Amino acid sequence: MDLQTVLILAQDGLTNGAIYLLLAVALILVFGVTRIVLIPQGEFVSYGALTLASLQLGVMPGTVWLLLIMASIAAVMETFRLVSSEAVRQLPVTLATILIPPAAIALLAKMCIPLHLALGWQVLLTMLIVTPIGPLVYRVAFRPLADATVLVLLIAAVAVHFVLVGLGLLFFGAEGVRTPPFSDAHLTLGTLSVSGQSLWVYAASFILISLLAWFFSRTLYGKALRAVAFNRNGARLVGISPHLAGTYSFALAAAIGCLSGVMIAPITTVYYDSGFLIGLKGFIGAIVGGMASYPIAAAGALMVGILESYSSFWLSGYKDVIVFAAIIPILLWRSLMSVHYEEEE
Amino acid sequence: MKQVITGICLAASMAMVTAAQADITIGVNVSSTGPAASLGMAEKNAISLGPTVIAGQKVKYVIYDDATDTTNAVQNVKRLISEAKVDVIVGPTTSPTSKAVTDTVAESKTPMIQLSPGITASSDDPKRRWIFNAPPADAVYADALIKHMVKKGIKTVSVIAVDDAYGENCTVAYRKLADQKGIKTLTVEKYKRADTSATAQVLKAMQGNPDAVYIASSGTPGALPHVALIERGYKGKIYQSGGSANAEFLRVGGKALEGSFMLGSPLLAAEQFPDKYPAKKESLEFVKLYEARFGARNFFASLSWNALKIVEAAVPKALKVAKPGTEQFRAALRDAIEGTKGLKGAGTVFTMTKSDHTGINQLGMCVLKIENGKWKLEDHAEF
Repeated sequence: MDLQTVLILAQDGLTNGAIYLLLAVALILVFGVTRIVLIPQGEFVSYGALTLASLQLGVMPGTVWLLLIMASIAAVMETFRLVSSEAVRQLPVTLATILIPPAAIALLAKMCIPLHLALGWQVLLTMLIVTPIGPLVYRVAFRPLADATVLVLLIAAVAVHFVLVGLGLLFFGAEGVRTPPFSDAHLTLGTLSVSGQSLWVYAASFILISLLAWFFSRTLYGKALRAVAFNRNGARLVGISPHLAGTYSFALAAAIGCLSGVMIAPITTVYYDSGFLIGLKGFIGAIVGGMASYPIAAAGALMVGILESYSSFWLSGYKDVIVFAAIIPILLWRSLMSVHYEEEE
Repeated sequence: MKQVITGICLAASMAMVTAAQADITIGVNVSSTGPAASLGMAEKNAISLGPTVIAGQKVKYVIYDDATDTTNAVQNVKRLISEAKVDVIVGPTTSPTSKAVTDTVAESKTPMIQLSPGITASSDDPKRRWIFNAPPADAVYADALIKHMVKKGIKTVSVIAVDDAYGENCTVAYRKLADQKGIKTLTVEKYKRADTSATAQVLKAMQGNPDAVYIASSGTPGALPHVALIERGYKGKIYQSGGSANAEFLRVGGKALEGSFMLGSPLLAAEQFPDKYPAKKESLEFVKLYEARFGARNFFASLSWNALKIVEAAVPKALKVAKPGTEQFRAALRDAIEGTKGLKGAGTVFTMTKSDHTGINQLGMCVLKIENGKWKLEDHAEF
């Protein structure tokens, strides 16, 4: 293996690792705030890529229908909740906040599709369509279970994963998509040629991580999310609604997943069910970080990417075996190193 | 009121007619969801174009989806046999699901035409006795591939295969013949359908600068290593296995596919075949029917269509022996299917024998070249 191969593999691994990193961050965020292991995280990746591809073909993406349907279900659930708690007066405002944004987005999509907008606008529209699905998933599937045990939430997450994958097949069909790259430019560093798309992935990951760091350390909402992750009951006592925190964390997770999907769509063929495996690798990164530490999870996710790249070269048939088996020594090491706290229930 | 009574009378008389003459029931089990959905959906589409009456008997279709899951496939086939009392089964879609239902089908003595390639069945093997294949055997693909490689003077080849039963079977069939013809296989690399990158496998495959790279994959996943090869500046020839031969693959692969070769059914370039190609008329007929309803022609759709053709040709012979819905009828149907001779289908001609339950020779195979995003006929067998 010559130096060039080593470098290309490292670069390839880092590109994938950057995506896993974003997903790992989203997983830790959601787990911290809501104690949900967000198995459906990968579906947002597929939805992002497939929605963008539909927009480019000038077809109404199925995710728009999903958005409208889920908003309707959420509206019905809210109505029941408010009626049974005799707070009918809040009903019009609540329904308006649930129904109007999705309807507006659907209308916007309908108007924009025939215009064949530039790629940048299409990406923005994709983010607008997919991001609200996150909070709606939380509202419909998880909020009624918010106080359940971690195990129940995990089971619900698995169920949601299957539902979203099935809907993905229904809306987008079984075939994969590949979108045109953001830029055809190539950066040549000595003997190493880095594609423009990889640079986009690095830049987008870096910017997103910086934005998240700023959000969590400087803004009120970010601090509120951190407070809920740190101590749910304490946060509630100082007036932070855990439901609102859950909604925000799901919106962030969906946005991060969608952006990841948009970025990998030009690199690989994305299928309706591709997201799961990608999300699983992000999950390994998150586990390295103990589902708590962002920097360690980031390092773990990059490690997964690089391990995957080199094992693909040496032993391509056992690549996933190697990557997923790596989780066992990591868990062993973590359980030996970490101090255990009894979970407060 | 009068109309209602007439309606009832009509319904009653129709019910009597159906009771008097038992329908032929065709059970279909395909993977229209799950990883093999792109194959299964096309197969299901073609079933809807199938005959509604065969030899004066009404045909009833019972269609199940196994979600590309072996357990579901077995359950579905059991339901088809015990509840729907089918006379013949079409499906399953994939090699693993087909393998899983083999025992169930053999026990119930129901003929089955599977839509995945398998080992050549023989009527002497009690388990494989009832099973027939609609697609060509892997060896037929490999034969056409190696012949073309020899023609092009290719000496060294790297294989990149998708990590599933299909990729494995293609690789095994290819290696067997390649070794005989003195073509050296440098390496066999594996990748997963949902992988985000195949760069590492491509770099490994390019080591030693092979004359050609053979990509064994079914459907659009074949595009990932292909595009990576072009990106890494590979200048040799690229061959794609027959599984990728659909319009979606051309769309996903785009410009990177130009000039590469693909093994495929003559169906894909039916118009370009000389008129003396025996199945030209039948191929064009299917293309016309399918494209009018479902868009671009599809090899997998032709498999279930051909399976129904085989059944359609065999039923009249079996009807002479017994009535549909009986064990005798199923046995007679099996014998009739095994006796299929010179049957022209979409993109192939079937001639089954006791030791060949696929019945497809090089007439069901050709080499295509991808030019300007379309199939161009490159090479075909003598006929």
